[in-house]
Amino acid sequence: MKEGPKQAGAAKQLFYSQRVAPYVFVLPFILSFLIFFAYPVVSTILMSFQEVLPGQTRFIGFDNYERLWNDSFFTALKNNTRYTIWTLLILIPLPLVLAVFLNSKAMRWSGFFRSALFIPTLTSVVVAGTIFRLIFGQTDLAVMNMLRHAFGFETINWLADSTTGMFVLVVLATWRYAGINLIYFLSGLQTIPQDLYESAEIDGANRWNRFWRITVPLLKPVTIYVITISIYGGYAMFTESYMLWSGNHSPNDIGLTMLGYIYRSGIEKNELGFGSSIGLTLLAIMLVINIIQLKFFGLFKKEED
Amino acid sequence: MKPLNYVFAILLAASMVLAGCSNDKNEGSESSGGSKGGTTKLVFWTFNELHQKFFEKMADNWNKAHADQQIQLEATTFPYEDTHSKLLVALQSGTGAPDLADIEISKIGNFLKGEPQLVPLNDIVEPEIGNLVKSRLDNYAKDGKYYGIDYHVGAEVIYYNKEILDQAGVNPDDIRTWDDFEKAGKQVLEKTGKPMTTLETTDQWSYWPLVAQHGSDFLDKDGNVTMNDAVNVEVLTYLQNLVKEKVAVVAPGGGHHAEEYYGFMNQGGAAAVWMPMWYMGRFTDYMPDLKGKIIIRPTPVFKDGDMRSSGMGGTGTVITNQTKNQELAKKFLEYAKISKEGNIEIWRDLGFDPIRTDVWGDAAMKEANKFTDYFGTQIFEDLLKLKDEIAPVNIKERTPAASDVVKTKVVFSIFNDLKDVKTVLDDAVKSIP
Repeated sequence: MKEGPKQAGAAKQLFYSQRVAPYVFVLPFILSFLIFFAYPVVSTILMSFQEVLPGQTRFIGFDNYERLWNDSFFTALKNNTRYTIWTLLILIPLPLVLAVFLNSKAMRWSGFFRSALFIPTLTSVVVAGTIFRLIFGQTDLAVMNMLRHAFGFETINWLADSTTGMFVLVVLATWRYAGINLIYFLSGLQTIPQDLYESAEIDGANRWNRFWRITVPLLKPVTIYVITISIYGGYAMFTESYMLWSGNHSPNDIGLTMLGYIYRSGIEKNELGFGSSIGLTLLAIMLVINIIQLKFFGLFKKEED
Repeated sequence: MKPLNYVFAILLAASMVLAGCSNDKNEGSESSGGSKGGTTKLVFWTFNELHQKFFEKMADNWNKAHADQQIQLEATTFPYEDTHSKLLVALQSGTGAPDLADIEISKIGNFLKGEPQLVPLNDIVEPEIGNLVKSRLDNYAKDGKYYGIDYHVGAEVIYYNKEILDQAGVNPDDIRTWDDFEKAGKQVLEKTGKPMTTLETTDQWSYWPLVAQHGSDFLDKDGNVTMNDAVNVEVLTYLQNLVKEKVAVVAPGGGHHAEEYYGFMNQGGAAAVWMPMWYMGRFTDYMPDLKGKIIIRPTPVFKDGDMRSSGMGGTGTVITNQTKNQELAKKFLEYAKISKEGNIEIWRDLGFDPIRTDVWGDAAMKEANKFTDYFGTQIFEDLLKLKDEIAPVNIKERTPAASDVVKTKVVFSIFNDLKDVKTVLDDAVKSIP
């Protein structure tokens, strides 16, 4: 690299110099990172040890963390965990199988189906949640209740019970996110060279074997990615539940999510310190789960081939 | 090519700047700056459009009487939770708050924690304090400073659907105790197949008034939790029993402010409902088919000597410390809610029992209005008879938390899931910090 400008050079020389230029280019990112990410995180950590009231912020040590040991917190954690497990069980295999179908040469109009399955992902979560709340309403005229009548069952209040409530959430999630997982898997499938399938067929492998021995292992990177973001998405779920129960005040907290609990405590009740402690705990839980998951899939091992 | 790219880049930047500009104008109702030529803008947030209409009317009346101090009132109605959350955040962060705002009685505790960011209203309250119902002022006070002015006393009453009672052969004036009510309920169920009443499972108005009139409360006068004491258990056991006997059903939609409930009740779904006086407006506006069929009576009691009513609900209008027009806001608030004219207007437009007692005997209260058209002309005279039997409640810092646990856990578990009353109450008390 050339040496810097002469001492007598103007600021302009310094600005355009090759040594400083890289820093100038990353400066916007660094600034926005510091202001909008690092500062809030540090602030949250500090606040979680404080009681934050107008004009009277004081340190209270671990009191906020001790308060976490309550019913609402565990219910919210259970709700998010159940939701995550269900979405992993349904939203990984189902889109994977659909992607394999759509990718096969025998499929007609695959472009149409791809778009049709993807469109729900583009809808607004708020609108989708509101419509689902009406579809799964408690009156006799709600769509799902009328469906129950057709099979001889009586009307139920879908959102008053923990099990049916979770069912509604999972249905909403499946409708909404099957499309995007499908796209991920499809793009993963398209990186698998066709010759592998042909040589396997020549060697006598049937469809089932081809699927389990070629497709699934080669899709591992994509699958790990989808699992990681699904775990994150499951624990960060907020809007769907907020719209279905019109707020964070579902009866007996059956629809309460971790984020809903943070919002309720931190903003609605103005307990920013307590809300911060919930947030940090959620971060810790998600980190631990994802690290376990990634280790399990061997992502941290050094490349072997 | 290069000049063309330049042109496009500039056009893009310009259009983005302009898009930013137009958003700013419609955004945000932060407190106003100064006045232009004698008109001052005051921003008001509420969660009830009836309150918004009332304030807009009072602003018009003010402007007619005060040509030199015109007010341009910018009022907005947000959903209940959002109003309070937005206001809390604005007050905590120090920017973005309105000049005036409504804070409901179950939420005021959150705003009085720490140093209240509200303007003390002692100088407009104290001159008239002899004429105002003191318990209504104490609900919004801290350390001797009054922060909010309520709309009403909120006297609890019971609304009977006379048509259904007649069909069942029940005379409402014979119902004096809750045991009488239960008997009448069984008769109504037998003769008409309809439930006597509905109970809220996601709100507190079926439960709280009965506790208050029977001599207890959710909190005691020092703010400690008393929600699992004997009175609370007795009330909930009685009500749960009504549900088991099918004399009472769970309110459709979960509460008496749900769309489903209005439709149900409007079509004669139940024979009675107990709610405060301020619920009259919901009848006139949302259940028009019941006009002329509803009569108002004092609620039954558990035992003779209990008060027949209680002061339920309430919304205090406050002035935030971010207002730049404190004096004008105070004078306007005084005119709208403390003065005689204001209180008469509260009755006329909103059908609320105003907090100014010297107005209760005024001739204006007997005039015809949409409430007398609906319920009959002697509403206020009947209310006057209850004047000394309105049990007050303790509104303290823990009220928001207590109210929350009632609305999300207690009544739902007891009326919907029919769980054991004492267990549910004990758990509830544990979860109030």
